[in-house]
Amino acid sequence: MSREHILHRVRTAIGRSAGQPVADPPPVRLRIPDVPLAIRISIMLSRIEVLAGKAMRSDDPLAVVAAAIEGKTAIASNAPFLRELGITTLPGVRTCITDRAELRDLCATCDVGITSADYALADTGSLVLLSSPQEARMISLLPPAHIAIVPKERILTGLDELFTVLPDPASQTSSMVLITGPSRTADIEQILVRGVHGPGQITVIIV
Amino acid sequence: MAKRVSLFVTCMVDQLFPKVGIAMASVLERLGYQIDFPEDQTCCGQPAFNSGYRGEARTVARHFLKTFANSEAIVVPSGSCTSMIVHHFADLFAKDPATLARVHEMEKRVFEFSTFLTEVARVEDVGAHLDDIVTFHDGCHALRELGVKTAPRRLLSHVRGLELREMQPAEECCGFGGTFSVKFPELSGAMARTKIDAIVGTGARTVVSLDPSCLMQIQGVLSRAGSPIRTMHLAEVLASR
Amino acid sequence: MSVEFDRKIKSTLADANLQLAIYTATARLKDKRIENVADDILPDYQELRTHANALKKHAIENLDHYLEEFERNVEAHGGKVIYCKDGTEVSDFVLGLAKERGAHLIVKSKSMTTEEIDLNERLEHHGLESVETDLGEYILQLAHERPYHIVAPALHMTRYDVADIFTKHLNVPNEVVIEKQTAIARSVLREKFLAADIGISGANFLVADSGAVVIVENEGNARLTTSAPKIHIAIAGIEKVIPRAQDLATFLKLLARSATGQPLSVYTSFLSGPRRAGEVDGPDEFYVVLLDNGRTKLLPDRSKRQSLYCIRCGACLNTCPVYRKIGGHSFPWVYSGPIGAIITPQFMGTSHEPGLPFASSLCGACGEVCPVKIDIPKVLLELRSDVKKAEAREKHGRIEKLAFGIFAWMMTHPRIYEMAGKIAAAMAPSDGGWIRTLPAPFNIGPVAAWLSQRDLPPPPAKSFRDMWRQR
Repeated sequence: MSREHILHRVRTAIGRSAGQPVADPPPVRLRIPDVPLAIRISIMLSRIEVLAGKAMRSDDPLAVVAAAIEGKTAIASNAPFLRELGITTLPGVRTCITDRAELRDLCATCDVGITSADYALADTGSLVLLSSPQEARMISLLPPAHIAIVPKERILTGLDELFTVLPDPASQTSSMVLITGPSRTADIEQILVRGVHGPGQITVIIV
Repeated sequence: MAKRVSLFVTCMVDQLFPKVGIAMASVLERLGYQIDFPEDQTCCGQPAFNSGYRGEARTVARHFLKTFANSEAIVVPSGSCTSMIVHHFADLFAKDPATLARVHEMEKRVFEFSTFLTEVARVEDVGAHLDDIVTFHDGCHALRELGVKTAPRRLLSHVRGLELREMQPAEECCGFGGTFSVKFPELSGAMARTKIDAIVGTGARTVVSLDPSCLMQIQGVLSRAGSPIRTMHLAEVLASR
Repeated sequence: MSVEFDRKIKSTLADANLQLAIYTATARLKDKRIENVADDILPDYQELRTHANALKKHAIENLDHYLEEFERNVEAHGGKVIYCKDGTEVSDFVLGLAKERGAHLIVKSKSMTTEEIDLNERLEHHGLESVETDLGEYILQLAHERPYHIVAPALHMTRYDVADIFTKHLNVPNEVVIEKQTAIARSVLREKFLAADIGISGANFLVADSGAVVIVENEGNARLTTSAPKIHIAIAGIEKVIPRAQDLATFLKLLARSATGQPLSVYTSFLSGPRRAGEVDGPDEFYVVLLDNGRTKLLPDRSKRQSLYCIRCGACLNTCPVYRKIGGHSFPWVYSGPIGAIITPQFMGTSHEPGLPFASSLCGACGEVCPVKIDIPKVLLELRSDVKKAEAREKHGRIEKLAFGIFAWMMTHPRIYEMAGKIAAAMAPSDGGWIRTLPAPFNIGPVAAWLSQRDLPPPPAKSFRDMWRQR
């Protein structure tokens, strides 16, 4: 089997034997800046605007979402947080889908996908979504618009802090995705076009 | 105690641009240096090394080490030749520890001209005067292998009558690259013409560099295009009164 | 160099439209990179590069250990690792799996590794439909062309080229507006995503301590490729492995900035295994193909093995004055630019294209921008030496070898060198001006090559040493 053949070639080339212990790798480099929450929020908001997304703080996310999805169809994730906010009972919103095929069909036809977020990264304006029974992958991917509601405490400073609080994402989920702005391409003549395969519109509501 | 330097003028200056060597010598003398010119000097071996002929390059490198064995400080009017000595001689003798030790010792004594002035002689104003509008071309070896960027500019800033304008884009290769210029002539020429566009864009009348090979490439293309823009080596500018 | 290489270079240089397209596209990418790694934006840029280089060095020097750790962790999360020595083994695996599962339609996200092994051609030859979903790659697939650039594959095409390709292959009316072209591709590909049986992706990083595959993209097609179909196969070179998930904090800060000047690309996916119990969507099966395809040939040389650190950002292409003139299709293999110039001879042998390591002025701009600090000029110089040693063994290039032998002899005999200089100066015309042409027999070889593009300096009346002696 090629496995043994390839591993053998590798070992011969680098001068190691099977099972030989490994010296320590270079130490992990994580530098977390000290940024107060209020500043993290304001950095996050401005980064998302730069990315041509919409971002806001709100004490009444229900009203914001209601206005945003007025007259449209929406699919909301199964996050209890969204139910607690009353979002899942807005007109036009479907939720509590646990069948993969059904979820996929809905996401393919709905106008808006509504999710929470596990974390957010202030310095890049990113959302961090872990796939789970509460949060499916397709909701933030198939519909042409994505609304994410993020509790402010989940806003981290950046990648270094993410990998400090979550050093082992694989132990928790099959899919962690960092979403940084709307889908885009510049493949043709370097001209920027948004909403290629993923959502072209992204709205982040910080609560 | 007299300050002494040896000149390694490089084969290109010796044979094609001797005034550059004279200019460099005159600036150093003006600063009070006693100059010697070891007559056995020839070349640093870069053409052979860059063309893949390491054995031949080693032969020439050994000759350099012998010729300059007794020089306290060696000043060179070329970034690429300096880099060959201080960075690539070590590549050539990696498997020859005795020579490698001599190479490492030699590395401390070899200086590109503008670096010598600003860091060893510690001068920036050499009393030069040249009424001209110039732009400075950063030769790639000097820029990236020797880290030379501000030294020539600081020196030029004290030349009376001189206005320095920066090219945009800056730091782009002139396309010489040694034997590259004749192995890939159309490509080398195309790169040079892009450089000329940047030069013309500054409105400068003169292009200054500390690398004779870059100047040969740039002047060659300017001349072919019938352009009135001229080139000068940094040493020639600094020697001007 | 080969006739083919020479011809492709010349024809690209002669195409004014192409010159403009390549130059402006790379200028944009280059400028954005510079902006986003500036001191005020990313103050620890140089430290990150040093750390990334150290991580890659460690991973490569202990590659077997990390491959095995990766494999264990993939399996612990319900996935499977398949080692393949070449493209045939990869396609055998995919075809075998497809047959077992009754799969016919495959969607693919961008992967230079799969270009290396012509995966689509192999699969299509056996009756599978394999559709590229990255917009640039999709256009190229329709046009049967190779990528022009590692990150911006259709860099050489205009909207008019794209309009014609879509009209011809998709039977749609000719559409030159770029947003509308994108919408056409989106709608065609959406159907494919939703109907596909298998999704094949590449991987930017393979994380050993997690058994995870990391994919970085802007469009969302890789997310769809790896989430919509029931089977996900990630295909990656063995050199992509990094030790820990936490190391991504270093690599991710460098990758998108170096590639396109974005702090992060739109989607960064960290995928480990098929969907977990309770997860509503995601694939049921997860495979990672670890491909050798010659990478083990690059491992033994302690200096040149740094070529395997590459994270495929394309920064070296965007900054290379040679790539920016000759473009991606002049290169003899799928990888172009400075990285292509150093890995191609190592994968294919130096005689595949002996001119390739010499197609560089050694300006060093590439090494300066490489996020993992590969010393590309150093490797080019070593490859040049390898080419000449091979030529000496095979008794090619004897004239050049002789010329440099004479050079070395002359440069170690100063009086001969002086005399040769005087003779050359005496023979050349001396009206003082730069020389435009030379008569036979001088206008041959390197002299003719020089004069084809620029004038020669007039030999001075006296050499420096003569002037010095006469002071």
